[in-house]
Amino acid sequence: MNVLVYIEVRDGEVKKASLESLSEGHRIASASGGAVCAVIPGANLDAAVAAAKGHGAAKVFTNDSADLANYVPEGYLASVVEAASQCNAEVVLLGATSQGRDLAPRVAAKMGVMFLPDVTKISTDDGLVATRPVYAGKVNISLKAKELPVVISTRPNTFDLAANEGAGELVAISPEFNAKAKVVEVVASGGEKLDVAEADRIVAGGRGLKEPENFKVLEDLADSLGAAVGASRAVVDAGWRPHSEQVGQTGKTVGPTLYFAVGISGAVQHVAGMRTSKVIVAINKDADAPIFKLADYGIVGDAMEVVPALTAALK
Amino acid sequence: MNIAVLVKLVPDTAAQIRLNSDHSWIETRDLNWVLSPYDEYAAEEALKTAEAQGGEVTAITYGSDASAEALRKALAMGAHKAVHVKKDGFTDLLGTANALANVLKDGGFDLIFAGYKATDDDCAAIGQMVATLLDIPCITEVNKLEVGDGTLTANREIEGGHEVVEAPLPCVITAQKGLNEPRYPSLKGIMMAKKKPIDVVEADDVAPRVETVSMGYPPERPAGKIVGEGVEAVPELVRLLREEARVID
Ligand SMILES: Cc1cc2nc3c(=O)[nH]c(=O)nc-3n(C[C@H](O)[C@H](O)[C@H](O)COP(=O)(O)OP(=O)(O)OC[C@H]3O[C@@H](n4cnc5c(N)ncnc54)[C@H](O)[C@@H]3O)c2cc1C
Ligand SMILES: Nc1ncnc2c1ncn2[C@@H]1O[C@H](COP(=O)(O)O)[C@@H](O)[C@H]1O
Repeated sequence: MNVLVYIEVRDGEVKKASLESLSEGHRIASASGGAVCAVIPGANLDAAVAAAKGHGAAKVFTNDSADLANYVPEGYLASVVEAASQCNAEVVLLGATSQGRDLAPRVAAKMGVMFLPDVTKISTDDGLVATRPVYAGKVNISLKAKELPVVISTRPNTFDLAANEGAGELVAISPEFNAKAKVVEVVASGGEKLDVAEADRIVAGGRGLKEPENFKVLEDLADSLGAAVGASRAVVDAGWRPHSEQVGQTGKTVGPTLYFAVGISGAVQHVAGMRTSKVIVAINKDADAPIFKLADYGIVGDAMEVVPALTAALK
Repeated sequence: MNIAVLVKLVPDTAAQIRLNSDHSWIETRDLNWVLSPYDEYAAEEALKTAEAQGGEVTAITYGSDASAEALRKALAMGAHKAVHVKKDGFTDLLGTANALANVLKDGGFDLIFAGYKATDDDCAAIGQMVATLLDIPCITEVNKLEVGDGTLTANREIEGGHEVVEAPLPCVITAQKGLNEPRYPSLKGIMMAKKKPIDVVEADDVAPRVETVSMGYPPERPAGKIVGEGVEAVPELVRLLREEARVID
């Protein structure tokens, strides 16, 4: 199967989720006797081209234009569709980042093909079968494509990165498009803060922290671990933390290597967003809190005592 | 302003989801069904916009007879009209998007709201697919919206910040949490919703382009351990994270 992988670039940097997709694309293409290509719309693409080559791309389609420096849905869409046609892609892969989530369904609709979103496993042993979590991860479903091509988005932090040197033959494309929505500004939420959706370690707090000011101790712990701060919905709805930090069914779905749940009870809607974390640590003063059923390690105690001690011990 | 909102009925987010005996689908019998939470944000924004600018809100759903309950819930919140695009049995995403786009295309809508994702299939796809099929702009995961004269400005959440996006009307907006606080239907609203007519449109019968191979539960997490109580347990926790889990240096 020929596979096309979309490579997302932001501020000259390649998204890890894209390289995960490309690694998986390389695996599928190799397993089924096809080639893997990459498509990169944007501006300032050198690092991305090198990364695509270093992760196995036989061809790299670039649409390098100052007009595409910010995300332009129609321009990026046209680029992916054009590259898919030039490389006879039977599978188009995108990482399910916020941009990938926006773009992937458009690609499927434009190509008039099926879309399989937020996939956690792909098999080509007997046709193309993709597994994806549904009902907030309470159930997994495996779906077989009855027709190719298909568009698939891969869940970030799920597929392993694999270095594979590809030929990386460059093909410049510049398909026509009609920009409809325009990004007029990209606003960073302040500082060098890591985003929970991308962090490999997360320190999340809930109502058990008692007051918004007490999140300072979580921020200190996060700093000492190089982690992002996350939050339960209870503290987001109370206005203590921004929604961008919320983890769960109506927040972000995360799968970091290490997740601390501090003063979080472990409601199903919260667990939905973090249950695939590799190692979960719970700190809660109630030994019967449901979060302890999920946690690999737990400490029963007061967050305001345990967390500072933990930060100190890690220094 | 002529506004549409796409709504879907889903199991309550607190529900335990069980598979049926042959694991071909979920057991639906004892479930409590609600309007998908993001569709509540979508419906609220549709109603707010209609109130501010004048105009009507049409709620649209695609699915079986039972799924039309989503329309009653949207009507109870205050939607003026409802269209049920009727289809029984399993469809795929493209089929759903095509059926909705077919109904929307002749509706003369200035604005179409959808949820960012439906909390059953978690696809986060229909809004963008419908917009692409209709060849109109779409802004996803919107948590702030200002509708002007023939144009709109929206904030869309991205990793580590947000984008400010401008688009002409007509446009599809998918609603993220934070956009607004959805209203609760009033008793009067609920009573009136029962009387409002629902237009029924038969959807084309399209064979799904995917088939379900299997369904299953995610692997259980191995039982964890309580390391201890209070500050005394901290050194042991640090040791375990370093030596057993090997997740910190
Ligand atoms: C449609 C819908 C969607 C939802 N989506 C989400 C979502 O995306 N994310 C989400 O998180 N929730 C979501 N919820 C809400 C969810 O049901 C819970 O209400 C919420 O997760 C509870 O947050 P919490 O754990 O911080 O608070 P609580 O449940 O109040 O738990 C607080 C915990 O802190 C502990 N505690 C108290 N004092 C201390 C102390 N001094 N030290 C240590 N521990 C202490 C308590 O023992 C308790 O376990 C959703 C709900 C609905 C209906
Ligand atoms: N069957 C449907 N009928 C009407 N609207 C739908 C349907 N499925 C999805 N939608 C809309 O599209 C949004 C995203 O759904 P999904 O792409 O399935 O996650 C939902 O929040 C609804 O607004």
